[in-house]
Amino acid sequence: MSKYTEDDLKKELETKKYEYGFYTDIESDTLPMGLSEEIIVAISKKKEEPDWMTEWRLDAFKKWQKMSEPNWANVNYEKPDLQKISYYSAPSNKPKYNSLDEVDPELLETFKKLGISVDEQKKLAGVAVDVVIDSVSVATSFKETLSEKGIIFCSMNEAIKTHPELVKKYIGSVVPKTDNYYAALNSAVFSDGSFCYIPKGVKCPMELSTYFRINEAGTGQFERTLVIADKGSYVSYLEGCSAPSRDENQLHAAVVELIAMDDAEIKYSTVQNWYPGDSEGKGGVFNFVTKRGVCGDNAKISWTQVETGSAVTWKYPSCILKGKNSVGEFYSIAVTNNFQQADTGTKMIHIGENTKSTIISKGISAGKSQNSYRGLVHVGPRAKNSRNFSQCDSLLIGNECGAHTFPYIETKNKSAKIEHEATTSKIGEDQIFYCNQRGIDTEKAIAIIVNGFSKEVLNKLPMEFAVEAQKLLEISLEGSVG
Amino acid sequence: MLKIKNLHAQVDDKDILKGIDLEIKAGEIHAIMGPNGSGKSTLASVITGKEEYEMTEGEILFENEELDEVSPEERAHKGIFMSFQYPIEIPGITTTNFIKTAINETRKARGQNDMSAKDMLKMLREKCDLLDIDQKFLSRSINEGFSGGEKKRNEIFQMAMLEPKLAILDETDSGLDIDALKIVANGVNKLKSEDNAVMVITHYQRLLDHIVPDYVHVLFDGKIVKSGGKELAFELEKKGYDWIKEEIK
Repeated sequence: MSKYTEDDLKKELETKKYEYGFYTDIESDTLPMGLSEEIIVAISKKKEEPDWMTEWRLDAFKKWQKMSEPNWANVNYEKPDLQKISYYSAPSNKPKYNSLDEVDPELLETFKKLGISVDEQKKLAGVAVDVVIDSVSVATSFKETLSEKGIIFCSMNEAIKTHPELVKKYIGSVVPKTDNYYAALNSAVFSDGSFCYIPKGVKCPMELSTYFRINEAGTGQFERTLVIADKGSYVSYLEGCSAPSRDENQLHAAVVELIAMDDAEIKYSTVQNWYPGDSEGKGGVFNFVTKRGVCGDNAKISWTQVETGSAVTWKYPSCILKGKNSVGEFYSIAVTNNFQQADTGTKMIHIGENTKSTIISKGISAGKSQNSYRGLVHVGPRAKNSRNFSQCDSLLIGNECGAHTFPYIETKNKSAKIEHEATTSKIGEDQIFYCNQRGIDTEKAIAIIVNGFSKEVLNKLPMEFAVEAQKLLEISLEGSVG
Repeated sequence: MLKIKNLHAQVDDKDILKGIDLEIKAGEIHAIMGPNGSGKSTLASVITGKEEYEMTEGEILFENEELDEVSPEERAHKGIFMSFQYPIEIPGITTTNFIKTAINETRKARGQNDMSAKDMLKMLREKCDLLDIDQKFLSRSINEGFSGGEKKRNEIFQMAMLEPKLAILDETDSGLDIDALKIVANGVNKLKSEDNAVMVITHYQRLLDHIVPDYVHVLFDGKIVKSGGKELAFELEKKGYDWIKEEIK
């Protein structure tokens, strides 16, 4: 009988081409490759930054030179040659656009292929999109509605000029320049990113959203995001990305800092779909990201991430629960296929009294990929009655992939309650046959099984993002044909 | 509707079915009985196209179409349904969502549009009433944490929703107490019509008190060794399978 066997499925999984693997031909203004004080000064100059920012970058660069690349993660890759990367690239036809008609049609075409055209986005109720292509903001919408409430939502570049006091005070306050090798590198060379400030007591009326995208061949992407929620405010921030297919590895070392002051809440959702490399493990993005937030009294930070892309992912969105009664949450789905490697998780640092954290991690591995959860729950001596609940589930597809869990727990206060649960399961042939017998083909069967497995996390995403995330899960696992 | 001719089948290179001939027409109920290891469940798996089961000789025709090269999901689209002996759990997927996917995939294969939410809801309600199922049950993850009786009822519920032409009930009575058995049998009887057919696979006669077959076939060592009317089941119950073994010697 000619049937769709597990071998066929595996073969098909391996041969799925990256759906978003197209390349937009936009003229770019790119700096020479390599890294030096001169380059850093040049980046700062190109961006017309004030002197304090240039100094800040140079200081980071000096510190970075003394650091070495971390190698404790459960990933193997050829270390990128940082002298072969260009640290600045911006579309050369840079002027601000008044309407979509003025935007480079090729760029619009790219958005259309991604299904996130600015056109569509504008119509999408309540979503403001600040599109970042190769480091420079191209279009920002809904700015007026936001500014009426006193909300600042702009590119980091712009914020450095228009709100230097806020940037100066908070940049590097959660992720210090010396935090780690890639955070230091980012501090020295960051290209652009998003800045967001929500004033006291303001509930941001819409989801703030930025789509990041690497575009130029051989260009590193060093985004810097800073979200500040003042006392009693609320914001939901969406970050989504997708990179075109490239043969050489691309480095993405972003830094995201969140500050939730007393009684504030920040919800930060990510869909990451950088190019994962081909079925032989060639190419793909190196995604080395530092994301961290700090909570004041009664504040809450919630990270939700759907990680389907990148050849190597190294990412631990964390919460510093400094204020009493503060809450940290981490909901994650990480999908790896072919030769992808992901080492991801979170750090929950309980410092204040009655702090609470929840970790739900779902890892899905297929092909020859390796998927690791690495998480730290730290309870400090003053964190009386703090609580943590962690759940780490792994789902395996096929026999050649791996799932690993590295939970670290440190408690310095006896009143802490910490719970950890972990499961590993495999998609069984019986489950697939059961679906087949009901008329559901194998591709669709895997999609619904994976959806069921990831449900607790998918449910945490804002509606429009959840749909996109589900689509991505299907694309990365069984590559929805046609 | 279903014609099986000289069917031979293997699992792991071991011959299990050794020449089966069987014809089931619309409107009929056939019971397949036999001792453990006689090949009953293998027969069901071969008809539904389970991967590890390899047909080595003979043919299976469903509505005059050879099934050998047809995938399991296409067989389902053609109207073949099996109630599993051990229904499978799929965590996180509600029964409603699962059935919705199954119905719409089948409709898609038949060139129809998705069933509207309104029609789906109406149908779910009707079938729940028909089978005396609490609607709350539909929001639970499919088969997860279900009792044996609930799982089998859920199978019959799916059968009601999918409206197959041929329903194969594989040991549907196993693990059921008498009340659950009656509910399940009652459901099958309500769904029975002149246009569909049922193949009941069972070890015991007790299910056949409630689902009364037109024909009974006794399977032994991969062959149908005796066929008859419903009275054959009573005889078997009385005399045991040893009687058959004696008779075929």
